[in-house]
Amino acid sequence: MNMFLIGGLAVVAVFALSIVLLYNGLIRLRNQVKNSWAQIDVQLKRRNDLIPNLVETVKGYMKHEKELLENVTKARSAILSAETVEDKADASNMLSSTLKSLFAVSENYPDLKANQNFMQLQEEITGTENKIAYARQHYNDIVMVFNTKIEVFPNNIFAGMLNFSQEALFKATEEEKKNVQVKF
Amino acid sequence: MRIMFDEVRSNKLKSWVLMFFFIILIGILGALIGAVYDSLIIGLSLAVAFGLIYSMTSLYSGDRMILKMSGARPVTKQEFPYLFHTIEGLAISAGIPCPKAYVIDDSALNAFATGRDFEHASITVTTGLLKTMNRQELEGVVAHEMSHIKNYDIRFMMLVTVMIGIVTLLSDFLLRSFLWGGGRHRRSSGGGSVGIVLIVLGLMLAILSPFIGKMIQLAISRKREYMADANAVVLTRYPPGLASALKKIAGDPDPLVDKANKASAHLFISTPFRKKTGIMSKLFSTHPPIEDRINRLEEM
Repeated sequence: MNMFLIGGLAVVAVFALSIVLLYNGLIRLRNQVKNSWAQIDVQLKRRNDLIPNLVETVKGYMKHEKELLENVTKARSAILSAETVEDKADASNMLSSTLKSLFAVSENYPDLKANQNFMQLQEEITGTENKIAYARQHYNDIVMVFNTKIEVFPNNIFAGMLNFSQEALFKATEEEKKNVQVKF
Repeated sequence: MRIMFDEVRSNKLKSWVLMFFFIILIGILGALIGAVYDSLIIGLSLAVAFGLIYSMTSLYSGDRMILKMSGARPVTKQEFPYLFHTIEGLAISAGIPCPKAYVIDDSALNAFATGRDFEHASITVTTGLLKTMNRQELEGVVAHEMSHIKNYDIRFMMLVTVMIGIVTLLSDFLLRSFLWGGGRHRRSSGGGSVGIVLIVLGLMLAILSPFIGKMIQLAISRKREYMADANAVVLTRYPPGLASALKKIAGDPDPLVDKANKASAHLFISTPFRKKTGIMSKLFSTHPPIEDRINRLEEM
């Protein structure tokens, strides 16, 4: 009788312990997800702060690219109003591609390209674009670990009960995925 | 993720073990030097005290010693915005605080990372590297160094660097003591078997310890270079960047970093000396053959 009681208690204790470990692990991961999201957000803000400056600098030179500049400004404000991860990702990708065409078009304006201010802004923005890409990669890696952890059996049963749900990935554009070409 | 974590733990443990053995080795060396001058205890206790202080100093300011020794200077964002953006971006990718940036004014193509932990880490590149590499290549190199930081390789490698330096110096001193002090000792006490045993032991240690140091250096750095290459690709997701950077480094006509020395050689991404060929230099090289590293990257 006693043996059964001890055995039963041991099983319950092991069960409770594993739930606690699962819960703590998930909390730790979710905080990492939040932290890496904050990293993306910081870089998005930084890029947004640089854009009015860029538009101001470019305006004087690019008389015939009004539409392009308007698109940049529009994409910038779309990021500000985006709420969810998906919306932010879409808006950010939009801004990235408009900026890319802006820098491509700037090749046609030698005066602009020689402008010290423009050169600095271009380096800043390219650097920030890269940082966004890295922050996105880091974020997606962690979200992947988190999502896998709450999806596998038996975690999926308890994760729902403990109020954990899937986090959204920050998706890259289709065009960007195609862009990686290996050349030597 | 999990693998990285184990690397960190193993490197932290190895660092403590290294410091422990360093103190013991210094103690033995000190005792032997003391024995030559007729006071083993004083030699031993002085040496252990010195070993303790030296290993703590190595841990807390070894990176500054190494940076100074290599002629590296801190740079501002205004001077090299390009380098700063790359380091900041890859620190984000690795999920660690941003390391400090240093450059060495040297035309050779090389780079290294050092420090004791994430908060006290730095990445150093030569100005030659900055001039020669394009963005993807620089990212590859910086990602390689970032992986050394993320794995805590930097702590262990830094300790090895500063400790090998001092052990070599002490064994040299011990050898000299035997040549001079040993003669006086024999005259005063008439020699004896204890004296001879001590001398033989001391000579062996004096000859072996730089050799042991060299072995540690070899064992640690080759495997680590491959690991850091692989982890660099995890950070950039672009193997051709680092591969083409390594090709440029392999083709560097003057790879000598003026202020690099034997103790700090294993820190660099590629051997900072002139190329030598032959079996011996291959066996004792601190770095795996660069062609082999390029091949591995191209197969990814």
